[in-house]
Amino acid sequence: MPKLLVLNNISKSFSGIKVLENISLQIEKGKVHALMGENGAGKSTLMKILVGLLQADEGGILLEGEVISGLSVHDILGKGIAMIHQELLMVPELSVAQNIFLGKESQRFSWLNESDIYTKSKQILADLKLDISPKIKVKNLSIADRQMVEIAKAISNNAKVIIMDEPTSALSDAEVKILFDIIEKLKNQGVAIIYISHKMDEIFKVADIITVLRDGKLIETKPAVDLNSQKLINLMVGREISELFPKENIDKGKVMISVKNLGRKNVFQDINFEVKAGEVLGLAGLVGAGRSEIVRAIYGLDILDSGAVEIDGEVVEINSPLDAIKHGIGFVSEDRKAIGIVPQLSIKENISLSSLQKFSQFGFINSEVETESTKKFYQDLKINASGLGQKVINLSGGNQQKVVIAKVLLSNPKIIILDEPTRGIDVGAKFEIYKLINILKAKGLAIILISSEMPEILGLSDRVLVLSQGKQKAILSKSEASQEKIMQYAVH
Amino acid sequence: MRFINSLRQYGIFFAFFIICCFLSYASGQFLTFSNWTIIFTQVSINALLAFGVTFVIITGGIDLSIGSIVAVAGVVAALLASQPDLPLIVPILGGLLAGLFIGFVNGIIITKSKIAPFIVTLGIMTIGRGLALILSKGRPISNLSDSFNFIGGGDIFGIPLPIIILIIVFIICYLLLKNTVFGRYVYAIGGNEQAAYASGINVNKIKIAVYALCGTLAGLAGILLTSRITTGQPNAGAGFELDAIAAAIIGGSSTSGGTGTIAGTLIGALLIGVINNGLDLLNVSSYYQQVIMGAIIIGAVLLDSWNQKKLLS
Repeated sequence: MPKLLVLNNISKSFSGIKVLENISLQIEKGKVHALMGENGAGKSTLMKILVGLLQADEGGILLEGEVISGLSVHDILGKGIAMIHQELLMVPELSVAQNIFLGKESQRFSWLNESDIYTKSKQILADLKLDISPKIKVKNLSIADRQMVEIAKAISNNAKVIIMDEPTSALSDAEVKILFDIIEKLKNQGVAIIYISHKMDEIFKVADIITVLRDGKLIETKPAVDLNSQKLINLMVGREISELFPKENIDKGKVMISVKNLGRKNVFQDINFEVKAGEVLGLAGLVGAGRSEIVRAIYGLDILDSGAVEIDGEVVEINSPLDAIKHGIGFVSEDRKAIGIVPQLSIKENISLSSLQKFSQFGFINSEVETESTKKFYQDLKINASGLGQKVINLSGGNQQKVVIAKVLLSNPKIIILDEPTRGIDVGAKFEIYKLINILKAKGLAIILISSEMPEILGLSDRVLVLSQGKQKAILSKSEASQEKIMQYAVH
Repeated sequence: MRFINSLRQYGIFFAFFIICCFLSYASGQFLTFSNWTIIFTQVSINALLAFGVTFVIITGGIDLSIGSIVAVAGVVAALLASQPDLPLIVPILGGLLAGLFIGFVNGIIITKSKIAPFIVTLGIMTIGRGLALILSKGRPISNLSDSFNFIGGGDIFGIPLPIIILIIVFIICYLLLKNTVFGRYVYAIGGNEQAAYASGINVNKIKIAVYALCGTLAGLAGILLTSRITTGQPNAGAGFELDAIAAAIIGGSSTSGGTGTIAGTLIGALLIGVINNGLDLLNVSSYYQQVIMGAIIIGAVLLDSWNQKKLLS
């Protein structure tokens, strides 16, 4: 059988540094081909070359025997290669149907034929068994639904190859299941899927073939059945990671933070918990259960309608992040692009942003002290960059996340909130963040952890609070908590 | 990396250098001390405005009201300077406070109402022009005290006072933006306002301070202009905001916020001054000068985005 898509000896260099070296791939019809590798391994660059956003220095790409390398993004899309972007690219103010047909609107004598695109969109969404109205504006959709709309858009382009870059990073387990059903359907229609993800369990559920990249080189292409997660991790990092969640027994101290009857209208109600020094409280639940909303409110980013937050046994008033930081709360947001990093500033300037008062006299920054203090975290967290002066915009996701964590740690918090701290970052960096969480526990910090990855919640938390639709369903101890039990509470 | 990062800045310095070389070749008068004194004096008012607007642009905002503030501050200073018995400090403080006040109002409305800075300062621009006309009853105010007229017309050891003021303000703004917590916050807000807020920065306070600073510098520019032309003109300063914004942008500030420097803005203002001066020396009609100026603004930004692309690939 002729291969659907063939990449031949693709090489690419950026300013003299080889980021891809002789990569050859063969993608088959109706198969899910997973692309694995740490951040910086070259997956994104390879995909950008495939869809025409970048040009390869050497090598060629054939789709059904026809050369497509060198074509424009628009032409390659027309040939049937579509990409579902990690950062979803849609026009929020337009409707679902208008987004699906963006750039290929139905026309009648140069007038838009809106009813036609609504009818067609309805059909496409129904085929995917999606319960999304084509008339709703995209800005009103959840991230999960937006992703589904992106897939619908790819299908409307008669895509033969669909590239999914971290498609589940913002999805709950239930939504992941819907996505996998859709992937199954697409496979049966003969569509090939290139699937990029860092999540092991998912890869083995969905992938038929796995290719591992490391440092711009192709390490291995194998059927998924011939691999397991340990083998795969070893191939990706080129070293053994013996234990994913390092275990350390730490004595719990006094209660650092306790929240009572927290409520925000139509978002969450009656939330009660406490976290001790040296303890990790995991918040589990499906997307939309209110996990992030609760911690945002505690940190002063959103307003609480009811309830009280006590720190060190005293009720505190938190109306802004500034108040929260003053009371010793640190927050690593799930959305580091939107509220984590300042891309144009350097690593040093980002890390020091919450603590500048400490390094300044009469409003002037003491540059030496600033450099010394930030350098410590730069080294401890093993941020991989050319130096403290490098702009954060040029860092990989994992390193950006480390910068945000360094910023929070430098402000010397007693309580730290980690909202999806490992989203979209590679295995090596994830492991380092797990180790860091244990170090912080040992130092006596109280930690509130949100993660959509069940193994993370189970592996790191001392207790797990399960939420469902804004309501607190249970607090499970480490021995009680299991994937099944959490799901049971989360879906009810 | 440090070198590459500052390449943008060097691009403007380099362009400035090339143009100066060309003009000194084309006109013998260009590279004389007296000509440069003229250039700097002419540039001083635009540069003061451009320094202020640079802070605003870095936060991701814009201030269209500074031309009107020049007029209001000028009229206020002139009214006070035409009273025979008042000491010099009174008209100076009066002009500065008028600018500070209007800038403060800009900042309050922008941060409290969340209306776009473009709209707010457009409104304040019109209100300011009206205020200048009301205060002056629509007539120029003359017979200003000699000491007041010395600010814009006098010199110390042969160096015109406006140049000395320009240098002092340049140093203050340069240090403020580069070495203070305030300056760092200005960059952080322009780079990512939400991240700045989540990092514990009082975003509204900094923004109000930035508009107040911009207004105060416009007030200072108004005092200088009034003193130089020895009259308070309610119609003074019309269109000055656009030259100031142009200087900041030529100097490397991005209207999307987060980038820009005071040194770059000074070069931007000087570039505009040098080109106007050079074209005068070469007897190019002022009609053509405007066309050339516009082309340079677009060219500078093009050069900039071209540099950026080269850095990324």
